[in-house]
Amino acid sequence: MSDHAHSTTGLVHHFDDIEQQHEAGTLGMWAFLITEVLFFGGLFGAYAVYRSAYPEAFMRASSHLDVDLGGVNTIVLICSSLTMALSVYAAQKGSKRGIIMGLLGTMFFGAIFLGVKVIEYKDKWDHHLVPGDNFIFEGNPGGPEQLYFALYFAMTGVHAFHMIVGMVIICWMIKKAHRGDFTPGHHPLVENFGLYWHFVDIVWIFLFPLLYLIGAHSGSHT
Amino acid sequence: MSSTLHTPAQHASATKGAKERDTYLTADYGWKSWLFTVDHKRIAVLYLISIMVFFLIGGTFALLMRAELMTAKGDLFEAETYNKLFTMHGVVMIFFFLIPSIPAVLGNFLVPIMIGTKDLAFPKINLLSWYIYLVGGGATLYVAITGGLDTGWTFYAPYSSTYANTNVAAAAIAVFITGFSSILTGLNFIVTIHKMRAPGMTWFRMPLFLWAQYATSLIMILGTPVLAITVMLLALERTFHIGIFDPALGGDPVLFQHLFWFYSHPAVYIMILPGMGVISEIVACFSRKRMFGYHFIAFSSLAIAIFGFVVWGHHMFVSGQSAYAGFVFSFLTMLVAIPSAVKVFNWIATLYKGQVSLETPMLYALGFIGLFTIGGVTGLFLAVMGLDRHVHDTYFVVAHFHYVMVGGMVMAFMGGMHFWWSKMFGRKYPEAMGQFAAVVIFVGFNFTFFPQFILGYMGMPRRYHQYNDEFTALNVLSSAGATILGTGFLMTIVYFLWSLKWGQKAPQNQWDAKGLEWEKAQSPPPTFNFEDGERIVVTEDAYAYTYEESHTGSGHEVKK
Amino acid sequence: MWKDLPLYPEQASTIAQPVDLLYFFLIAVSAFFALVISVLIVIFASKYRKSRPDAKSAHIEGSTLLEVIWTVIPLGLTMVMFAWGTILFFDQARMPADALEFTVTGKQWMWKVQHPTGQREINDLHVPIGKPCRLTMTSEDVIHSYYIPAFRTKQDVVAGRYSELWFEASKLGTYDIYCAEYCGTEHSKMVGKVTVMTQQDYEMWLSGAVANETPVQAGERLFTAMRCITCHNSTSTARGPDLTGQFGKDVRLASGASVNFDAEYVRESILNPAAKTVEGFQAGLMPTYQGQLKEEDILSLIAYLKTLGADKSAQGAAAK
Repeated sequence: MSDHAHSTTGLVHHFDDIEQQHEAGTLGMWAFLITEVLFFGGLFGAYAVYRSAYPEAFMRASSHLDVDLGGVNTIVLICSSLTMALSVYAAQKGSKRGIIMGLLGTMFFGAIFLGVKVIEYKDKWDHHLVPGDNFIFEGNPGGPEQLYFALYFAMTGVHAFHMIVGMVIICWMIKKAHRGDFTPGHHPLVENFGLYWHFVDIVWIFLFPLLYLIGAHSGSHT
Repeated sequence: MSSTLHTPAQHASATKGAKERDTYLTADYGWKSWLFTVDHKRIAVLYLISIMVFFLIGGTFALLMRAELMTAKGDLFEAETYNKLFTMHGVVMIFFFLIPSIPAVLGNFLVPIMIGTKDLAFPKINLLSWYIYLVGGGATLYVAITGGLDTGWTFYAPYSSTYANTNVAAAAIAVFITGFSSILTGLNFIVTIHKMRAPGMTWFRMPLFLWAQYATSLIMILGTPVLAITVMLLALERTFHIGIFDPALGGDPVLFQHLFWFYSHPAVYIMILPGMGVISEIVACFSRKRMFGYHFIAFSSLAIAIFGFVVWGHHMFVSGQSAYAGFVFSFLTMLVAIPSAVKVFNWIATLYKGQVSLETPMLYALGFIGLFTIGGVTGLFLAVMGLDRHVHDTYFVVAHFHYVMVGGMVMAFMGGMHFWWSKMFGRKYPEAMGQFAAVVIFVGFNFTFFPQFILGYMGMPRRYHQYNDEFTALNVLSSAGATILGTGFLMTIVYFLWSLKWGQKAPQNQWDAKGLEWEKAQSPPPTFNFEDGERIVVTEDAYAYTYEESHTGSGHEVKK
Repeated sequence: MWKDLPLYPEQASTIAQPVDLLYFFLIAVSAFFALVISVLIVIFASKYRKSRPDAKSAHIEGSTLLEVIWTVIPLGLTMVMFAWGTILFFDQARMPADALEFTVTGKQWMWKVQHPTGQREINDLHVPIGKPCRLTMTSEDVIHSYYIPAFRTKQDVVAGRYSELWFEASKLGTYDIYCAEYCGTEHSKMVGKVTVMTQQDYEMWLSGAVANETPVQAGERLFTAMRCITCHNSTSTARGPDLTGQFGKDVRLASGASVNFDAEYVRESILNPAAKTVEGFQAGLMPTYQGQLKEEDILSLIAYLKTLGADKSAQGAAAK
């Protein structure tokens, strides 16, 4: 008993039929996403506690983020969700080319997002806004402002990590698609990965206003 | 170890003339066949071996602590060493023994068989969860060897994040990693129970063990990620001084406690719920009766899982949390006590007019009911705010959770291991020895932990390396009890190992019990659990024992 | 024999007896249920002991009535416990107005106490009998917990915030003080003794101890020495808000929100002045005093600010 006996339909030995197998996969993915919600939930909880304790410090600190770059990234991620959805659609239609194009598109937008993120991180580093012993905020060692940046890096960092994992999986799926593993019909792998990718996007949709927009109109800094 | 496990069938088979069939143990040989297995039963055995290693390590720490506490002065170990002992005892026992014990061993082994399927939904993920557990466990042992950890298993900031001189970051990462092992196990169980039940196995035909596993899995996937993110923040704070829990930068150490207990209180239910499931199976079998109030027991498991998530603040009545928050948490905690009480009453009612026999598993089950009751009601002392101000962080708390965890969970685990031992390994443990050891453990347990209730009310704080002379007598009693308790566990481990080779061969249904694992699967089961090609179809409720006609409906409501 | 092995600590505060009473109530309820359950187990296990191998049991599925009974009765009992315990707790959470004010600073691994009249003690505490005593506590490092079993009271002591505890000693004698929250290597040595004395003895003890400045005096000295007075005065050109008579009132902030001018706010404003700037004043003008003032100094400043406006002479001093 070393490996699964793959039949031609991809049915794994311990399932009764392919439908049961797909349903199990989808339910598993949703359960995993619920876990992910709670995982980010801990961070959002910490954010809520500190923001309500230090609303002004959070606004001041937030005004040091670049809203334009954050906005661009939001649009980029929404585009990546679109290409991901197109890929799932292509999988249902059985278009190998469509799947690969969709995945490549998702990959492309994901890479842009991470690239922009690197620029932003670099900028924070240059301005001593990375929390730790070298943190300087408007000439001060900074108190709650540092908390804001700690949360900023933790939240966007964990989010970016999810994107990187997603992009690794995309590479693997492109390889599979290229090999012709996705025959027309139901494709739980592509669909479940789609769920994951959309989830990661949705997290960003929450992060963007909570981190970037709370201090945007406070003036002095753009 | 594995060579003992695959005892080839050189003994004459006790089963009626049947030729030796392949079991999951003999289906394949060699270490690779174990380390790369995706068979849920083999993974259960792998888990069993690994949690026993951690149990022995954690138990050794406990005995060393009790040795130190024999005298009021801190004379056996340095204070620092003692602090490391209780920390490692807590971390090892909770994260590496109690949490995985019943779900990962008995649950892994039994869930697919009980619902009549060949394996868990995601066998490879199941194996992955064991490897993750090993990596986490290895990291913890690494911490233990390279200087230990002295924060207490609760990792309270800012001590853990700033002041401790031990390897907190590595320990936090170890806990973080291990968390994913339980998330994956929970995920697997949920999907398996939802999607893979055999035809006819409706939700309300499921054995109560499965309801308990299901409720446990919900907590695992909902609670564990919050712990993961919390210890991740702790490790970041520890390594980079980013201020998350540091009061000097405006951070709030009490926030750590909120996040920590949001997981760690439900985690207590991860530890006790599966034990309750085991007890339901044992009580039904050894009373030869259907469980009294099946639906109430099933739903009380879910109620515990749900309410368990909203009571975490009762760990923090004197932490500086607002008195009004305490008010709400205290109230909700009262509510979570009720489903547990309902279970206890239903177990006892099941004995009524049953045919009770007192083999080892039943001794453990009855012991569980008594000890868990004491553990449960003493929980109320801690949930009542006016009393908690006095007993919080004293030995009263220590006694309470050991009554629940050892008196509850470990008793259930022991009961379950005895109950399903022959199913797992095809051989019987020596019954008389089993009963004797159960009594020894019960007596030793009470000697160890009952005095701690009194110590706690007298005001002895927990985690004290040295204490006032007035506490000496009770501490000596407790330490003496611990040696009895330890002896009981050692006896059990020895005769279990002995029985693997020399134990009497067990028939398919040692206890004449109901349930697919007894009625349809041989002992030990083959790789795909049931006879080749046999499609399991369930036609009756759980615990469908045959009854005496005259008693049917005699004044008692018979539910459909 | 029971004398050597008491079941509860001495009752040395007004709260001790009520707490013990609740404890005995819970013990009675618990003992009752534990007894009922064990007796039932023993009776059922012997009376319905399996007679012969093929014996069959009675067919009983359950009883909704019984389920309701054993849900409602425990629920009722727990509600009684809940109400009783909550009332006790809230009594302890409400600080009496006329209490003697002590300050306690916890640090690894000692308790530093200051009396209202300025005397200081390490680890030990002397209090008069029959007078409410209120402890305002903070920590210089990790979390500690101030615990006096004989008074049945305990409160965590957390860095960065003030926690409060009060008691009224009711019995002369010497009792243990423990640190109940694990705080590191010497946690079990962070202990002391509280001595309950008659009012007369307490005064004698106070006069015998070295009297330092009172916290209010120290606060006044610091207020001048740290040059707080240069900005925080009542002149129209003052760069900081006048602090006279502010303590305990609500203050409007530049952000439009308002905040209670309490100990926490004073502490935050000293250590992190920009966090909550008062309306009409420029943010960022006041430097942080983080690292320049010890926790005890801040406690003294708070004690001083409380008196500002409450009595004329202090107000005069501030406006000078």
